[in-house]
Amino acid sequence: MSDIALALEAIDKRFGEVQALRGASLNVRRGTLHAVLGENGAGKTTLMRIAFGLMPADAGGVRIDGAPVALTSGADAIRRGLGMVHQHFTLVPAMTAAENIALGGHGRLELRAVAARVQALVERTGLRVDPSARIAALGVGAQQRVEILKALYSNARVLILDEPTAVLTPTEAEELFAWLRRFVSEGGTAVLVTHKLQEALAIADDVTVLRRGQCVLTASSAQLDMTALVRAVTGDDAGEMFSRPDSDTAAAATSPARRVSQRGACVARLDGVAARDARGVERVRDATIDCYAGEIIGLAGVEGSGVHEILRLLAGRLVPSSGVATLPPRIGFIPEDRLRDAVIEEFTLIENVALRGAGARRGRMPWPVMQTLTAGLMERHDVRAPSQTTRAGTLSGGNQQKFVVGRELDEHPALVVAENPVRGLDIRATAHVLRELAGSADAGSAVVFYSADIDELLPLADRMLVMFAGRIREVVVERVAVANALVGAA
Amino acid sequence: MTVHTDGARTAAARLDARWVVTSATVVVIILAVLGILMAGGYDTPRAIAALWNGAFGSPYALFSATLVRATPLLFVGLAVGIAFRAGVLNIGAEGQLLAGASAAVAVGLAMGEFPRLAALPLALGAGAVAGGAWAGIAGWLKLRFGVLEVISTLMLNFVAAYVVSWLVRGPLQEPTRVYPQTVELAPSVHLPTLIDGHRMHLGLVLAVVLAVATWWFLTHTAAGFRVRAVGAGIDAARSAGGINLKRTTAMVFLASGALAGLGGASEVTGVTFALYEGISPGYGYSAIAVALLARLHPLAIMLSALLFGALEAGAAAMQRDANVPSVLAQVVEALIVLGVLAFDHTRTRWRSS
Repeated sequence: MSDIALALEAIDKRFGEVQALRGASLNVRRGTLHAVLGENGAGKTTLMRIAFGLMPADAGGVRIDGAPVALTSGADAIRRGLGMVHQHFTLVPAMTAAENIALGGHGRLELRAVAARVQALVERTGLRVDPSARIAALGVGAQQRVEILKALYSNARVLILDEPTAVLTPTEAEELFAWLRRFVSEGGTAVLVTHKLQEALAIADDVTVLRRGQCVLTASSAQLDMTALVRAVTGDDAGEMFSRPDSDTAAAATSPARRVSQRGACVARLDGVAARDARGVERVRDATIDCYAGEIIGLAGVEGSGVHEILRLLAGRLVPSSGVATLPPRIGFIPEDRLRDAVIEEFTLIENVALRGAGARRGRMPWPVMQTLTAGLMERHDVRAPSQTTRAGTLSGGNQQKFVVGRELDEHPALVVAENPVRGLDIRATAHVLRELAGSADAGSAVVFYSADIDELLPLADRMLVMFAGRIREVVVERVAVANALVGAA
Repeated sequence: MTVHTDGARTAAARLDARWVVTSATVVVIILAVLGILMAGGYDTPRAIAALWNGAFGSPYALFSATLVRATPLLFVGLAVGIAFRAGVLNIGAEGQLLAGASAAVAVGLAMGEFPRLAALPLALGAGAVAGGAWAGIAGWLKLRFGVLEVISTLMLNFVAAYVVSWLVRGPLQEPTRVYPQTVELAPSVHLPTLIDGHRMHLGLVLAVVLAVATWWFLTHTAAGFRVRAVGAGIDAARSAGGINLKRTTAMVFLASGALAGLGGASEVTGVTFALYEGISPGYGYSAIAVALLARLHPLAIMLSALLFGALEAGAAAMQRDANVPSVLAQVVEALIVLGVLAFDHTRTRWRSS
């Protein structure tokens, strides 16, 4: 048997006029953790989808354990020992963990036997999950463990994880990495698709970097440092400037200290506010926040802490069940799930610009005005699209987000609410979005910035609010203080 | 090549792809019909000739059959089209059409003594209001209790059909109480014909005006934009657009029902001049195929309504002249719905991959 567990050889793939992959190759050695890095649109996800049989390649081949295979579906890939954990989970919320794992099986369903096997798997692998728990009741980290168990249940020897840490808290991410290291040390093989370079350097054995559909670097991580990686990913020497988005670029505009001394009037206020989520569970209790013009409020909180609801309260998208919310008429809101909540994929950019304020508009649509607005917005916010009538869904993730940020920040709203605004973005787009948020505060907006990644918040925030179990607390802008408050420690 | 022309070219290519698929659907269906005719042992050339002559072969075919059939199809096609554009799966155009027809006849019978300029608009208006109200029941059930409109609108079709049965045997039955139908409407409540000696009537003009108006509404008004936004991305419409989903949805139910109701009113004041059980051979169901083939585009719905009107007129002639059962028209309609859905599904899969 070959030493290479999974090999992709000279893969080409075109989508219409876009060459997504150009002779891309990847060799994953058995018993190693292999990181695949690249900016958004570099072809990482496409390459993995080809590896997993979800789409055919135009040219090139796939080998599993040295043998050439022609995968025609995910089921086919699973039969050959591959397992994939998608960035967006593919679980049925109303079903239990064991039932979800049993999905995709054949013949009679012996649920009790499945549950027993799952339990054995849980004990063997150390992936803590209650097989009888309903998915809807599980946190994100546990749902991800169910996805991994599902793959292992089908005897996956090679696990492909697409941006697995994007949805995790730092602690959960560390747990995942520790588990992955154990998995490979016991002979398993893992492919980790990520855009977090530090993450890859820290835990991967080998690293492959994709840029514009080509493999530009394959090396053992021991031979690499951040500078070399950044250069490979971005393809230029601007690398160093962008190497740590968590320090330099974020603070590009103004130092937080200056902003605090210059902050203006109170533009938004939540006073003793409570709120319930869609299912009627009380998520926010007695929250009071004042937002002042020109300041950036960093907001942290794990999933389920009520941070999702507090952001929507501030953005005027959720009505408090008690208490008073005093909000400005114009609020820029950058929601986390942009394809669901911010843009309509099949609408053109002009139509998506027109979406803002559509609820209150009367009479005829001012299309010429919208067109001018769109053109200016694309220019000012560096949205790269073939034209204003391009459909939003055809843009890359980074450009979609720049578009949303541009639309929401244009004309200086009094309050800006941003929820994980750089999630899933590459280095450049991240730097761009963070600069825009800082610039918006400099121009006099109050900015509320939530991120699941503390390191993104700290350099930008003038002050820090942390949600825990529905209550809000102000802490000093410092890593340890925030980390403690996140888990409810003093 | 500049970036801009590049984009324009992609847009053009996409537009082409969409209509190529539609045309391909039509071609496949024509081939399927030929296949059915040959497999059934019919005299195929003669059947095709009868189909063509029955639809377009003479002034009578065009002005007294095809366009007369196309008129109600255009009304209900628009009703289904605007609802589907908003993501409201109204498959109850049939019931709304019957409600509109009943109301128009009831008002028309009461208004017989009035001059045409007063009586006719009142009868048509009553039809629109009744159709809207009938759809409004489903809308209220959806917004108040979350009842799926696919089920409620379909069920209300049967209710409407039985209400018509009751009306023509009860309160609205002709005075001799022999036939299950109303008396004929007074001439003041008849829609004028467009060409002397032909059945084609003013309802067609009204329907065409409404098609253009619907297109203009969807593309050029703020309310129409909200309808499209809610249909294309309901969460973004609410979150990014601040659109009141309930209000928009309610409006769509009412507008859709009103269009279908007007179709019923136009039919009783333009063609049947009375209410009886069989006034609609299932126009409200054909409407789904009409709207889907036109990809829910109001202007294209004019073409597909014409096509279906021709098909139904031609199928009747085919039965007369070549003994081919006219249900063939319904087979074709069903094939079109399946074809459009199948092509769309493949395209979506292809696009998302």
